[in-house]
Amino acid sequence: MSSIALKLLKPFGVDAQFDFNPTQMIKSLIVPLAGILVFLFIWNIGAKNIHTSLGEFPGPAQVYEQSKNLIAEHNRERDKEVAFYERQEQRNAKKLAANPDAKVKIRPYTGKPTFFDQIVTSLVTVLAGFILASLIAIPAGIVIGLNKTLYTAFNPVIQLFKPVSPLAWLPLVTMVVSALYVSKDPMFAKSFVTSLITVSLCCLWPTLLNTAVGVSAISPDLNNVSKVLRLSWLTHVIKIVLPSAIPMIFTGLRLSLGIAWMVLIAAEMLAQNPGLGKFVWDEFQNGSSSSLGRIMVAVLVIGLIGFMLDRIMLMLQKKVSWDKSVELR
Amino acid sequence: MSTKTHLELTGVDIEFPTPSGPFKALNDVNLKIDRGEFVSLIGHSGCGKSTVLNIVAGLYQATKGGVLLDGKEVNEPGPERAVVFQNHSLLPWLTAYENVELAVKQVFKNQKSKAEMKEWIEHNLHLVHMDHAMHKRPDEISGGMKQRVGIARALAMEPTVMLMDEPFGALDALTRAHLQDSLMEIQAELNNTVIMITHDVDEAVLLSDRIVMMTNGPAATVGEILDINLERPRNRIALADDPEYNHYRAAVLSFLYEKQRKPGEAAAEEKPVEAATEAAVSETSDGDSGNEETTHPREVAKCINKKTEVDNQAA
Repeated sequence: MSSIALKLLKPFGVDAQFDFNPTQMIKSLIVPLAGILVFLFIWNIGAKNIHTSLGEFPGPAQVYEQSKNLIAEHNRERDKEVAFYERQEQRNAKKLAANPDAKVKIRPYTGKPTFFDQIVTSLVTVLAGFILASLIAIPAGIVIGLNKTLYTAFNPVIQLFKPVSPLAWLPLVTMVVSALYVSKDPMFAKSFVTSLITVSLCCLWPTLLNTAVGVSAISPDLNNVSKVLRLSWLTHVIKIVLPSAIPMIFTGLRLSLGIAWMVLIAAEMLAQNPGLGKFVWDEFQNGSSSSLGRIMVAVLVIGLIGFMLDRIMLMLQKKVSWDKSVELR
Repeated sequence: MSTKTHLELTGVDIEFPTPSGPFKALNDVNLKIDRGEFVSLIGHSGCGKSTVLNIVAGLYQATKGGVLLDGKEVNEPGPERAVVFQNHSLLPWLTAYENVELAVKQVFKNQKSKAEMKEWIEHNLHLVHMDHAMHKRPDEISGGMKQRVGIARALAMEPTVMLMDEPFGALDALTRAHLQDSLMEIQAELNNTVIMITHDVDEAVLLSDRIVMMTNGPAATVGEILDINLERPRNRIALADDPEYNHYRAAVLSFLYEKQRKPGEAAAEEKPVEAATEAAVSETSDGDSGNEETTHPREVAKCINKKTEVDNQAA
C-alpha cells in the first residue's frame, strides 16, 4: 500500500505505523470498510422502501449518479463562463479596432452558481464567522478566566446565550444588518454579513468558556513562578497563561468550528443566503425527481466537509500543542 | 553592615480566613539569618513551614509582624528572593534552557547583552550539571534533572536569598543524595543565603549551618534552633560515623518525635477546635461532627495524622 493512501486513510483509523500483521490489517482497514458496507446496504434497502411524492428515496446508486451530474453541470457552467468572457473580449477587440477611443467594459458572468460554487461560498462564510468569533472569544476568555469577579459576573450571560439556536438569532441579525450595514458600494454582500454574524454569535460560546476555564485552571505553582519573576501582565499571559491553556482553547475551537458549520447550513437555508444550505433549499423547492438525490449528495458533502474541518483543527492542535505525550483525537 | 541583620522575621503571625472564622497558622515567628547562611526549616508536615517560606518569598502576607531583607520590608514576591519549588514548576512547554532564559531575560533585562545572557544561562545550567540536556523539555528529563533546572533557574536570578521548598522531597534517595552534593558544591562556590524546608533529618544536618525546628500547628512557631558546627566541605560517608553528626541528628529527632508530641497535646486541651478534631480521630465513626468545627480540615488532619503516627511510634 502506498504511503499516500495510508495518510488518506488515517482519519478512518488506519495507522501508518502498522506492519503487515494480518490481525492488525483486519482491525485497521477491514473493520471500518465493513462498517461502511453495512451502512450502504441498510441505506439501499431502506431507501427502496420509502416512497415520497418525489419518487423513491435516493439510494447509494442514485446519489452516485447525481454527484456525477453535479460535477458535469459544474463543468458545463465553467465552459459557458469561459465562452462568455471570450465573446466579450472578441467584441471589445472589434470595438477597439474600429474606434481606439471606445470605452470597453467586461461584464461579470452572472450564471447560476453551481454546487461547487455553493461549497466555496459556505466555506468562506464559515471560516470568516469562525475567525471573527475566535478573535473575540479567545481574548475575552483570557480576561474572564484570569479574573474571578469578571467570570462570576459574565458566567450567567454566557450560559444564557450558549444554548440559543441560530434560527432565533437570524431574524434579529437580518434586521440589524439591514438597518446598520448601509453603504453605496458594500465590500461584502448583506447576506454574507448576516450569515457571518449569525455563525459568530452561535460559535462564540464554546471557545469563550473553554478558554476561560483553561486559563483559570492554570497551575498555582506556575502562577507563583510568574509572581517571583515579576512578569508583567502581558508577558504573564503570553509566556504562561496562553501555553498552559492551549489544550482547552483548542477543545473549544474544535467545538466552535463544528457548531459554526452546522449553524451556517441552517442559516443559509432559512435566510436564502448563498451557500450549501441554499442549494438544499432550492432543490427542495425545485421538486424534480432528481432533487432528493441531489440533496442527499449535499448531505454527504456537508458531513465530509465538517469532518475535514475537524481534522484540520486537530492537525493544527497537534502542531501547536507542546505536550506531545497526550494522544489527541 | 555586619551589625545589621541580613534577613529578619519579627513577630510573624498569619491567619487564613475560613468560613468559620480566621485560622491562625503561624504565631510569633522570630528568626534572624546572616548573609551566606544555610538555614533549614524542619517540622511535621502541614504545620506552617511552607507558610514561613511563602511569607519570606512575598507570596503570602503576614497578618502581624513582618520580614526585613537588608533593612527593607518584604511585601511582594521578587527575583531577589528566588524560590525553588517542591515540584520543580518548570514551564512544560519550554526547554531547560528556555526556562532559565525566561528568568534571566526578566531579571537582567537591561543589564546584560544577548551574548552575556546566553553565557550566564549556560553557566548556571553547567553549575547544576545540566549542560548535556539543556535543550530538552521537562517531560524528556528525569525528576532529578528537572529539579536541577529549577535550581539553575533560581540561581540565575542571582538571588540575595534562595528559598527552597522541600526541593528534593519528591526524589528517590540516590538522586536526592546526588543533588544534595551538588547543592553543597554550589553553596561552597557562591555562598548564597539559603532557607530550605525539609522533612529529612539527615538532609538538614548535612546541609545546614543552622536548623530551625518548628512546633506543630495550628499557631506554629519556632521551637528550637540548632547550630551545626560541622566543618565544610562535608562528606556524607565520613559523617555517617561521626559522633558529632549523630549527636545533631539525635537532637533533631528527639525534638520531632519526643518534644513535639507534648506541646501538641497541651495545645489540644486549651483549644476547643483541636479538642474537637482529637475527638474525631478517636472516634472515627463520628468524624463528621468534628470536621464541621475545624477551620482548615486538611491542614489539621495532616497534623493529626502525623501526631497519631508519633503516638504509635512512642508506644
